[in-house]
Amino acid sequence: MAPLLKVKGLMKSFGGVTATDNVDLDVIKGEIHAIIGPNGAGKTTLISQLSGALKPDAGTVLLNGSDITNKPAYKRAKLGITRSFQITSLVMGMSVLDNVALAVQANDGHSYRFLKPARKIAHIRDKAMENLIKVGLRKRANDATSALSHGEHRQMEIAIALASEAELMLLDEPMAGLGPEESALLVAFLKELKGQRTILLIEHDMDAVFALADRISVLVYGQIIATGLPDEIRSNDAVRHAYLGEE
Amino acid sequence: MRKMTKAGWATMIGMIALAILPPYFLLTGQAFYVDLATRLVILGIAAVSLNLILGYGGMVSFGHAAFIGLGAYAVGITSYHATWGGFDLIASYNGLLQLILALSISAIYALVTGAISLRTKGVYFLMITMAFGQMAFFLFQSLDVYNGDDGLTIDVRSELPFINLDSPMQLYILSYVSLAVAMLLVKTIVNSRFGMVLQGAKDNNERMVTLGYNTYFYRLAAYVISGVMCGYAGFLLGNFTTFISPDMMHWTRSGELMFMVILGGTSTALGPTLGSSIFILLEEILSSITLYWHLPFGVILIVVVMFVRGGLMGLFKGKGE
Ligand SMILES: Nc1ncnc2c1ncn2[C@@H]1O[C@H](COP(=O)(O)OP(=O)(O)OP(=O)(O)O)[C@@H](O)[C@H]1O
Ligand SMILES: [Mg+2]
Repeated sequence: MAPLLKVKGLMKSFGGVTATDNVDLDVIKGEIHAIIGPNGAGKTTLISQLSGALKPDAGTVLLNGSDITNKPAYKRAKLGITRSFQITSLVMGMSVLDNVALAVQANDGHSYRFLKPARKIAHIRDKAMENLIKVGLRKRANDATSALSHGEHRQMEIAIALASEAELMLLDEPMAGLGPEESALLVAFLKELKGQRTILLIEHDMDAVFALADRISVLVYGQIIATGLPDEIRSNDAVRHAYLGEE
Repeated sequence: MRKMTKAGWATMIGMIALAILPPYFLLTGQAFYVDLATRLVILGIAAVSLNLILGYGGMVSFGHAAFIGLGAYAVGITSYHATWGGFDLIASYNGLLQLILALSISAIYALVTGAISLRTKGVYFLMITMAFGQMAFFLFQSLDVYNGDDGLTIDVRSELPFINLDSPMQLYILSYVSLAVAMLLVKTIVNSRFGMVLQGAKDNNERMVTLGYNTYFYRLAAYVISGVMCGYAGFLLGNFTTFISPDMMHWTRSGELMFMVILGGTSTALGPTLGSSIFILLEEILSSITLYWHLPFGVILIVVVMFVRGGLMGLFKGKGE
């Protein structure tokens, strides 16, 4: 089967640092594909090039077989790619529900609509609320985003990614900074999503990774040193040496 | 109905005061105050328009006075040629024609300067909008046909159906109603889907782009709307002062507009109007007391901005707002 996302020969350097070094990667429709790697391996940089936030120096990115390498981020979103941020990135001045509603609104035609109050458009608000309920933030819907805890912000990131209805979700360390209970909830939640969405998951929490991933790629110094099933990765010598062994 | 907020009450009271006081002054023979109120209301429209992009869009434009000038010159130039001949294509006292001209020139100017300025951010945006404003200033300064620096006297005001702009009271009512409409318009826009995108992009552009919004064009649209509204204020100002000069576009004028918005409170409905009112009244009072009024004026403004968070409207903020 043709992969949903195909990355070929991706390169990106910052000054002297090669953050992405000739990366090839296939993400198959419906899978949860985890990317693991030590700090500074270039995981976030890779995601940013897939979402369109960063321009690669070389290489191509194909979505459903068509070249999106030079497409800006907002166009990729329209084509069905969404991302969550390792460092929470929300509209802090708006309510929790407003944040998710903006994600729903983005898929509801253009927004050059000047007259009707956005907060009174039932189908958008309802859909936003549904997604908040899914991540357990129903009670917080009308609170100011800035008033929420770090853990709740992480939940909002997920609700927004869900609400965007993107086929491909790029999740950058969604568990970062969560307590064990919150992490477990999120793992269970992502497990339920399995098959409905395609997920590229960056995660440091190995328990989460092995519980969720269909396939795992290991990124070290910007290079993918191995891709395979979880068991293959666990027993891969190079991986043990470069990464897992260090733990 | 929802309970009205303190800011909502303040807005209502402020607008009622502006509706009642000037007619009262006129009836009691204090025409001077009607003049003052008219100026304050017209500049209020300009400040309201600036607030759309500055307050809600995070675009700190330092060249907004250019739109006032363009709107005013649209009246001045057409009227000039109608009086003295030449340029038959646009020579006219017809107010509707002048208005269309004022608004469309403002729109085109906003589209061109906005498209370029919005490629930059923050302090660069501020500088480039200021540079465009100064370009407009120098352009009109160099137009000898229209007396360059010395400016142009408008001998005949815009002729409009039903309204006689030669009547101070009618001019005031038109300006006041325009201000109310402008405030309502901005409020409506801000609460619409478009407004949500605009405010989202001010707060977190990266997030909005990731969601699929091409924020550049949303900003540009807001910039054009704002420019057209400000051009309209210029149309009124030209008719009010009946004297126009490049000085209306000088960067210090843009700075004053910006100050009014910040003084009154950005991202609030009444803020810009309150700011322009206080600004004009203070200027008037202090300059009647002392020749060296700029100094106390500056001090008062700085104190307000520094110690009242969110401008004067910040004083009306309820708990938890
Ligand atoms: N904008 C930037 N400018 C310069 N260097 C950068 C930039 N972004 C990332 N880098 C460098 O590129 C390398 C990869 O960074 P990246 O953030 O992608 O790593 P990561 O795998 O996501 O790390 P972490 O696990 O800490 O999130 C690092 O050496 C980092 O310092
Ligand atoms: Mg990272």
